[in-house]
Amino acid sequence: MKVIYTDVLIIGGGLAGLRVATGVKERGHDAIVLSLVSPKRSHSAAAQGGMQASLANSKMGEGDNEDVHFSDTIKGSDWGADQDVARMFTHCAPKAIRELAHWGVPWSRVHRGTREAIINAKKVNITEKDEAHGLITARDFGGTKKWRTCYTSDGTGHSMLYAMDNKAHEQDVEIHERLEAISLIHENQKCYGAVARNLMSGELVAYVSKATTIATGGYGRIYSVSTNAIICQGIGQAIALESGVATLGNMEAIQFHPTAIVPVGILTTEGCRGDGGLLLDKDGYRFMPDYEPEKKELASRDVVSRRMTEHIRAGKGVKSKYGDHLWLDITILGREHIEKNLREVKEICENFLGIDPAVDWIPVRPTQHYSMGGIRTKYTGESQTMKGLYSCGEAACWDLHGFNRLGGNSVSETVVAGMLVAEYISDFLDSKESDMTIHSAKIKSFVQAEQEKLDKLLSHENGEDAYVLRRRMEEIMMEKVGIFRNGIELKEAVDELEELLLRSKNIEVFRSKSRAANPALVNAYRTQKMIKVALTCALGAYLRQESRGAHSREDFPARDDENWLKRTITSWPDPQQTMPSVSYEQINIETMEMAPGFRGYGKDLTKHHPMTALREQKVQNITSKLEGEGLDRFAIQDAIMPFMDKLPKKYREINERFGENI
Amino acid sequence: MSLEKKERLLKISILRFDPNDPEDFPEMETFEVEEADGMTLYIVLNEIREHHDNSLKFDFVCRAGICGSCAMLVNGRPTLACRTLTAKLDEHITLAPLPLFELIGDLSIHTGKWMRNLNEHLETWIHDKENEMNFDKLEERMEPELADEIYEIDRCVECGCCVAGCGTIQMRPSFTGAVGLNKIARYHLDPRDKRSDEEYYELIGDEDGVFGCMTLLGCQDVCPKDLPLQSKIAYLRRMMLKTSMKN
Repeated sequence: MKVIYTDVLIIGGGLAGLRVATGVKERGHDAIVLSLVSPKRSHSAAAQGGMQASLANSKMGEGDNEDVHFSDTIKGSDWGADQDVARMFTHCAPKAIRELAHWGVPWSRVHRGTREAIINAKKVNITEKDEAHGLITARDFGGTKKWRTCYTSDGTGHSMLYAMDNKAHEQDVEIHERLEAISLIHENQKCYGAVARNLMSGELVAYVSKATTIATGGYGRIYSVSTNAIICQGIGQAIALESGVATLGNMEAIQFHPTAIVPVGILTTEGCRGDGGLLLDKDGYRFMPDYEPEKKELASRDVVSRRMTEHIRAGKGVKSKYGDHLWLDITILGREHIEKNLREVKEICENFLGIDPAVDWIPVRPTQHYSMGGIRTKYTGESQTMKGLYSCGEAACWDLHGFNRLGGNSVSETVVAGMLVAEYISDFLDSKESDMTIHSAKIKSFVQAEQEKLDKLLSHENGEDAYVLRRRMEEIMMEKVGIFRNGIELKEAVDELEELLLRSKNIEVFRSKSRAANPALVNAYRTQKMIKVALTCALGAYLRQESRGAHSREDFPARDDENWLKRTITSWPDPQQTMPSVSYEQINIETMEMAPGFRGYGKDLTKHHPMTALREQKVQNITSKLEGEGLDRFAIQDAIMPFMDKLPKKYREINERFGENI
Repeated sequence: MSLEKKERLLKISILRFDPNDPEDFPEMETFEVEEADGMTLYIVLNEIREHHDNSLKFDFVCRAGICGSCAMLVNGRPTLACRTLTAKLDEHITLAPLPLFELIGDLSIHTGKWMRNLNEHLETWIHDKENEMNFDKLEERMEPELADEIYEIDRCVECGCCVAGCGTIQMRPSFTGAVGLNKIARYHLDPRDKRSDEEYYELIGDEDGVFGCMTLLGCQDVCPKDLPLQSKIAYLRRMMLKTSMKN
């Protein structure tokens, strides 16, 4: 048995995982990163449009700060987010982006003087101040009050990931490439690493560590069409679930991005609309202002995706052999702008659609894009139920995004959560709590259990075809757990997925029997795991009898704070279970800085909680009293919902910002 | 387009070999796949794996031309498979792994390892020991045009096409290749990197570096990101020459 010891095992080599690695390294701990692919190929690279941080450097970002970013994030989440976490995040985002600038990201910069831009289909002139020249600039994104999304053309994720990976390289972070964690090693509710499979040689390796971090991204590939990379299959969530100890949060919270191209589902960034692009129907008519007169194309993602779906259902979609779609028109931005700021979009249009987006409209429709749910953690990133197991980035339910994530907040979350979680892990490693007590026999038993499962898959006869099961699962998720959901279809989805789960125990790996690199074997064990993840998602959606953010129930159209202001928690304590266990975690209004309100889209159907009005009143009283005493916004915020003492000391300083605190 | 358009039957010949299997030897295997509208090689290969041979090895990650995983020889030419439309090719298509990289099996190659060694050798990160960062303060300024220029060459996805298309590296495996030279051009342009011209000269001022290039420029022809490799190599040459004269 091959055993590798380290202080911190990090599963996943995207932005979040790498940032944790560099952070713990800096604190003097060893780290090994396991990655399915070379880290620079991680899905973080596909983030196009940008990273939110309230720098307020550009004209259209003037007046922005942590408070505005916080308020946008909470509204966007439909009050599902953890407000402490959102505060910690908005406070640290400017620090994270400046750190990345220092590490080499060529952020697009403010250019002094007047330039032309397109806002609401009209040409306007924007004049940037001389003093802001050369600072990091920002573009507009959906659901934000200010232009806050910082970018490098539309290759933001690529630039960030390359800078991050290079930094990790400089710090000698060990990367074990093409290694896949397939189960967690744990005992007495404490995690001690993972069993990993080498995807080239097939060898099983026990990675034994004091702390383990899952940063494997989302689970979009349980859907048949997704903007996600094909490696975003939810295996990180699955191994946490299969531990029987760790829990998952809000797995039903799935985001659909309004503009993926048809039919292949590749993303075109929200920056297209942020920069002035429009959505048009089959008649070339701009329909969004009819539905959302204020924010139009730049309403929150969940809202735009629903409006597009409604419009298609009203017969206004463009017919195609791949189903109905709508148009994204960025021709009005002009060729020069497209070739400079939307060049990935241009390449994608040329290569996959054979069109020139400076001349032609782009066929788009809402497509699975982001997993708000994930491994449920405390604000420290540690699992609430398994000591020593951490998670961050899209893999986690930290819970920054609640039921709908704002565009530009995800890459931002990866690096902010990464830098914070690295500190909490380091504190844990510096304490006695992290001492290891596990026997080698126990470690061996975890490796053996995995070996037996693989042997069974390879030796099975007359079993099920993993591809058949997986494709059916993807279809069920697509058809019945999509943008609009209802009880009848969700029940069907849950029942059929349970049946698929039973059948998946009987998977046979046909023909390809190699123990080394063997894509058929990989597909077999991943399919077994994916079906479990799909079940947590479908069951959570079926039980949640309200509409909140991206979870939209046709049979329960109102947000119901009285009964459903809580997180869905799923777990799988007994491997023989055919359905996840479900419990709920209350979200406490009494400690909120921003009591639940109306997001401002469509009609307000919210069933408010009786506590809401009381909390609102209390917050208002504190605010007016302290304002009267002449206290600043930081002191007032601290009186309402203190969060600073939760942050690692090195990140507590107030941010300098163009025109503030200098 | 006529309604009765008949789909072509594509013949996909793939160079198969499993280096983990001592009894296996390299051979071409041909699969027949019915073409569909908008079909890419990503779709073709997955269809072969799902319906013809589930042991077929290849690498895709983003399948959107962004991550650089899927470079292979398509009819002998290095390119990204995921964004190659079959409609642009003849009905007989040959696929082979990129040469020069370690073979994992069939079309799957270990570009990650090669690139990591390269990056290690060239130290492709910002070298700035003096400048202590304070992330609570305003960021350092940069001219907007310069930021754009750096981004332009930062777009390399390390796919390996330029390496496979390089004449020099075929004869001199220790040659840095366009991917490495482009990275040096990127860091040299970046004022945040404090390495001196002499330090850069140490890295690429020899035959394994910029002076080894025979200027065949296959790299420029095959780069899927259309990076200005030709002009960057020329620029580095001038710069290195200047540095060597200085000393």
